[in-house]
Amino acid sequence: MVQPFAGFTGRDAPAESDLYRCVHCGLCLSSCPTYVETALEMESPRGRLALMKAVNEGRVEITPRIVSHWEACLQCRACEAVCPSGVPYGRIMERTRSQVRAAGLQSRELKRFSRFFLNSALPNPRRLRMGANLIRLYQRLGIQKLVRLSHLLYLLPGGIGKLESQLPPLSKRFFGPSDAVHPAQGAKKMTVALLSGCVMPLMQGPTMEATVRVLTRNGCDVMVPQGQGCCGALNTHAGDLENARAMARTNIDSLMGAGVERIITSSAGCGSSMKEYAELLKDDPEHRNKAIRFSGMTQDVTEFLVGLPFQVPTATVNRRITFQDPCHLAHAQRITAAPRTILNSIPGVELVEMENSSLCCGGAGIYSSVQPALSQRLLKRKMDSITATDTQEVITANPGCMLQVEMGFKSQGTNGRVRHVVDILDEAYGLE
Amino acid sequence: MDFKRFLKDLQGIVGAENVVYHSDDLLVFEYDGSVDRGMPEAVVFPNSTQEVSRVIALSHKAGVPVVGRGTGTGLSGGAIAPPGGIQVAFPRMNHILEVDTENRLALVEPGVINLNLDTHVRKFGLRYAPDPSSQKACSLGGNIAENAGGPHCLAYGTTTNHVLGMEVVLEDGAVVNLGSLARETVGYDLRGVFTGSEGTFGIATKIAVRLLPVPEAVRTFLGIFPDVETACTAVSTVIEHGIVPAALEMIDALTIQAVQKVTDAGYPDDAGAVLLIELEGLQDEVDEIGDEVEAALWETGASQVRTAEAAAEREQLWVGRKGALGALGGIAPNYFLVDGVVPRTQLAPVLGRVADVSRKYNIPIANVFHAGDGNLHPCLLFDERQPGALDRIVEAGTEVLQICVDAGGTLTGEHGVGLEKKEQMPLVFSEDDMAAMVLVRDAFAPDNSMNPGKIFPDGKKHTPHAHPPAHGMPA
Repeated sequence: MVQPFAGFTGRDAPAESDLYRCVHCGLCLSSCPTYVETALEMESPRGRLALMKAVNEGRVEITPRIVSHWEACLQCRACEAVCPSGVPYGRIMERTRSQVRAAGLQSRELKRFSRFFLNSALPNPRRLRMGANLIRLYQRLGIQKLVRLSHLLYLLPGGIGKLESQLPPLSKRFFGPSDAVHPAQGAKKMTVALLSGCVMPLMQGPTMEATVRVLTRNGCDVMVPQGQGCCGALNTHAGDLENARAMARTNIDSLMGAGVERIITSSAGCGSSMKEYAELLKDDPEHRNKAIRFSGMTQDVTEFLVGLPFQVPTATVNRRITFQDPCHLAHAQRITAAPRTILNSIPGVELVEMENSSLCCGGAGIYSSVQPALSQRLLKRKMDSITATDTQEVITANPGCMLQVEMGFKSQGTNGRVRHVVDILDEAYGLE
Repeated sequence: MDFKRFLKDLQGIVGAENVVYHSDDLLVFEYDGSVDRGMPEAVVFPNSTQEVSRVIALSHKAGVPVVGRGTGTGLSGGAIAPPGGIQVAFPRMNHILEVDTENRLALVEPGVINLNLDTHVRKFGLRYAPDPSSQKACSLGGNIAENAGGPHCLAYGTTTNHVLGMEVVLEDGAVVNLGSLARETVGYDLRGVFTGSEGTFGIATKIAVRLLPVPEAVRTFLGIFPDVETACTAVSTVIEHGIVPAALEMIDALTIQAVQKVTDAGYPDDAGAVLLIELEGLQDEVDEIGDEVEAALWETGASQVRTAEAAAEREQLWVGRKGALGALGGIAPNYFLVDGVVPRTQLAPVLGRVADVSRKYNIPIANVFHAGDGNLHPCLLFDERQPGALDRIVEAGTEVLQICVDAGGTLTGEHGVGLEKKEQMPLVFSEDDMAAMVLVRDAFAPDNSMNPGKIFPDGKKHTPHAHPPAHGMPA
């Protein structure tokens, strides 16, 4: 049932000063992955903004059809990076989704996912970890095979059966916050706090450990303070700004401890979101100023290493690789040179650029789960670009991209592997 | 007419997935890059010439007017649907069919993006010269309809100089060929008259374009000037030296401020005007003429001159120019771009009179334009949500056009007349002139069912939001 709805309302409504920056010139079209894939104006940034303006002006209600066009957006922000008018598209879309959410007009898939994942798992790191432990047990004991074979899943309610098939491969070792300080090797340059995050420590534990080793190796005392949680990016993207704000406050209070000079993350999505805490909490009297400081202190691990500068490894890693730009690194944070600087510094590494390396792979947080069809089409496009480079190893800098491209290799049935920039840097250091 | 039946028939031709008719979806087809609006009744995405022909024949029989739509980046309302009409759009017909490197030509479908063609043929050492500022997004079909220009048209001419021939669908569905690959026109140049006909003659479904070799050397100059008058003098001085640059562009202070707000294009905040000059040719030639250009810029009072030859650096100098129109969005939600052309020698006095109009109406006007061929682009900045704003803008815009015409110029350089300038046509054409044009159109489209309501005055004002969304269309 569609509720009557006149315009955007409330404090989280998209700002008119943001929305009306768009002069519908169309220069964003060719950068938008969903437009490139569908060639439909409804699935373009300009089209989505036009629909927002139409709603804002009360010309049309928020209908399920309009919501479907907004939800098909990856929020990769490629449009934002090329927009000559400087339309802050990411922020507008987040606020639009908060309006859709408040009106209860999200699609069934997104609602289901929100209930399970955004409202329950992400804001509670302990619950998430407990769930992950259960899943790992389930996968290890071989029950998974048994259950899948027995078709038991079809008997489960509400799409849980479908979710089961999407269960991720979990790391053998989980990473996590602790009271310990990982001490700098050699002369200490800086004290940094590392975001542990939500799913990355559970699914890419080794990458998190590599991050710590790379940072200590480059003269950093690394703290992974207790009390921190998920960065809230997925909640923000889904328009769940209230939970996102609470998560931001938690991280500000736990990560910005005494002596911490930088806040580092090896997840591009988290870095982008933490750099925007200042925007998220701008109306929060208690946390506003802290958030500005926090966002200023946040750096992606590649950006930080290049700025230090990092020690160029001396050992040789003879390998041809290609690099996939994470959207939230390339478009949201505008960082494209730093990861390449690191990769090119490793002796023996040959970086073969793929075509359209910053076109979204279709991972995009929970997008691959709530928009499987478009996600798969974009993944196919990405895998074609990767295949054309004739490399067996894709390097990237974001957990979501890693999972998505791994899935791409799996469905191709090929032997490619996907790793993070710090993984290969850590490997080079290890060979010295 | 039974519209439901008509939709069914359209779906029968192109497939259900290639017809958009829900009122929510049609909201994104009511605009292009200009200020005009109009909701189509449906949008159709054909896959082949044959489908285009059948769609147009069906519409003709049903009395439904048709307009072609590329990617909706036009600046005169050319692709805005006529009342009760449908749009035929070309996202599915976007293939480069053939590149003939020996004869330096390419055969493309109308939905091919301008820059994609250029990028593709550069692999063979060739280029497609016309480069509208929207080249990243605009399609060749639309380029033909509007006879699109671009910075490099100063040296190479507009789209019409690069189209050899076309396959065209006329209003009754007939498929005809215009022009020839032989580069020589025998008989009337129908290809020429079709190019720039703004969709009123028919719709091109295949296009043969001329390609040029990529020049050996390219050098770009950025001259910073204290004010527009000095920059105009520099333009004349360069041209007086007998130099024909590939491009010669000017950006004024207000536009510089807008650009610098969004991206650092390297323009000083206090600059009064910026000139962008590009030379192309043999290395020796570019070296020699380059020195002359640089000297001319300093001589006429440039406060700073920068040059770039490497592709990445040149691109950096162009960033501000190519994104200038969009950047205006940071100053005002809407701009009304006047595409007037004046003799080059009249640039400075005309710009002075344009500034008078700005003061008289209290409307900020930003200037970013093709100085080399006297093609002005004064952008009148406004907010369409303010009552009466558009009427005042159109009035002021008309005054600017009158100034151009009085100075010996004309209404449009490269954007077309469309909806935007049709009421101003009498400024340059008599009743007889326009009647003659209509006779030419009637030779192609006697029933005037292709993009009617464009180009010729009919007393209808600009009407943004003219068609409020009709709810209850079949889902």
